Amino acid sequence: MIGALISQIRTLWTVLQHTFTPADTVEYPAKPGWFGVTKNSTKVGPYLAPRYRGRIVLTRDPDGVERCVACNLCAVVCPADCIALQKTEDENGRWYPEFFRINFSRCIMCGFCEEACPTYSIQLTPDFEMCEYDRQNLVYEKDNLLIDGPGKYPDYSFYRISGMAIGGKGKGEAENEAPPADVRSLLP
Amino acid sequence: MPDEVFIYVIVFGTLLGTLTFAAVLVWFERRLLGLWQDRLGPNRVGPFGIGLALADILKLLTKEDWIPPFADRIVFIFAPTAVLIAMFMGFTVIPWAPGVQIVDLNIGLLFFLGMTSLAVYSVLLGGLASHNKYSLLGALRAGAQMVSYEVFMGLSLMGVVMLAGSFSLVDIVNAQQDLWFVVSQPLGFFVFLIAGIAESHRLPFDLPEAEHELVAGFHTEYSGMKFGMFMLGEYLGVILISSIMATVFFGGWLGPDFLPPFFWLAIKIFTLICFFVLLRAAIPRPRFDQLMSLGWKIMLPLTLANLLVTGGIVLLTGYQP
Repeated sequence: MIGALISQIRTLWTVLQHTFTPADTVEYPAKPGWFGVTKNSTKVGPYLAPRYRGRIVLTRDPDGVERCVACNLCAVVCPADCIALQKTEDENGRWYPEFFRINFSRCIMCGFCEEACPTYSIQLTPDFEMCEYDRQNLVYEKDNLLIDGPGKYPDYSFYRISGMAIGGKGKGEAENEAPPADVRSLLP
Repeated sequence: MPDEVFIYVIVFGTLLGTLTFAAVLVWFERRLLGLWQDRLGPNRVGPFGIGLALADILKLLTKEDWIPPFADRIVFIFAPTAVLIAMFMGFTVIPWAPGVQIVDLNIGLLFFLGMTSLAVYSVLLGGLASHNKYSLLGALRAGAQMVSYEVFMGLSLMGVVMLAGSFSLVDIVNAQQDLWFVVSQPLGFFVFLIAGIAESHRLPFDLPEAEHELVAGFHTEYSGMKFGMFMLGEYLGVILISSIMATVFFGGWLGPDFLPPFFWLAIKIFTLICFFVLLRAAIPRPRFDQLMSLGWKIMLPLTLANLLVTGGIVLLTGYQP
């Protein structure tokens, strides 16, 4: 009983000490400047971790070709059903999306699409200030989604390491890939 | 100033003062909770957000005042008024400054205890009249809690009465010229503090309205200004308990001469209210059976022991107030 009482009094004292600690609240957007990110000695914006789940982008591989292979995994895994795309092929047999559409008015920024993506194409970025007055403006087409860089995985190129034969790269020519075995040579 | 006018000034001053303070307290409490929980609290309306007090009142006054068809109409309407009447009546005996008091009853302390006891009816009837199981559970808890804490709330003050030799709050304040009763009656103060929190059913003893279990407890079915009256009653209760505590244990208006007496009382009341808020910010709510066993098994024997020791010392030393 005495122990419980002392515990309560200690709780009161601990909370009372918080009189002198500054509030953690950031008055956004009334007062700009979060947690000390500075540019030219003026606070400009928040520090958001690289893995922050914000606006979704489509990236390109190091060769500058878009990574998306239109496998539809992102659209399947999307719990809000906000991704729509149509697969098509180029002359080399390489798949790419004919259109790729994300409805950000439905997107919940869960990042499942990023996890599902086999080619690191779809990625979430630390940008969240994407308010619009017109709801239709929240529907992003491929032109709006596609960025020029490789995003968080600068060296990754799906076609360079995958076994798929594609224009200019035959079977067994990918990185760390052995040439295909001649099945007849395996016969006893 | 003629006496008749003066008494009206005091009456309306007390009424308006406590009412305004209770309304501002809603805002102030939330700011203070924010401070202690490293948040900002409401700071949007007006300077420091103080306009929230006004906005809250306007909101409550303009909200739909709905009486459920299954409720007991008359009792349902009467219940929230009862708590306000009881609390305002409690303020009549508080001496704000020497001579500034609505009425100096020779049973002032008993009158205060009686009025806070009457507030139980409000909670009880409100819960019963709602015909809602959560309300009923809240009312049951309120009844049990307030009746059992009432017992030693009164008894804990009796040590002070023994030392002051009077039930009149003015006499009690005057008896503290040399020493505050919080020093000579620490146990009495501690028990009265616990009982006072339970009596005004504030956190951590807000089991009648424990929103995690009982939706909103006894005022689940209340809306609009009827809910507002319950809320106002709660905050008036806090002010009343703090005023009584300041008067009985902290020397009331007494203090060094550089401030007028009323300011000393106000500072003491304000500090105690801050302590009430601190309790709310820090202490979790006990289980109901823990509350009951704390009351009957620890607080009541403690009070009786305090009474016995105080009485014994008064008898042995032949102390004359």
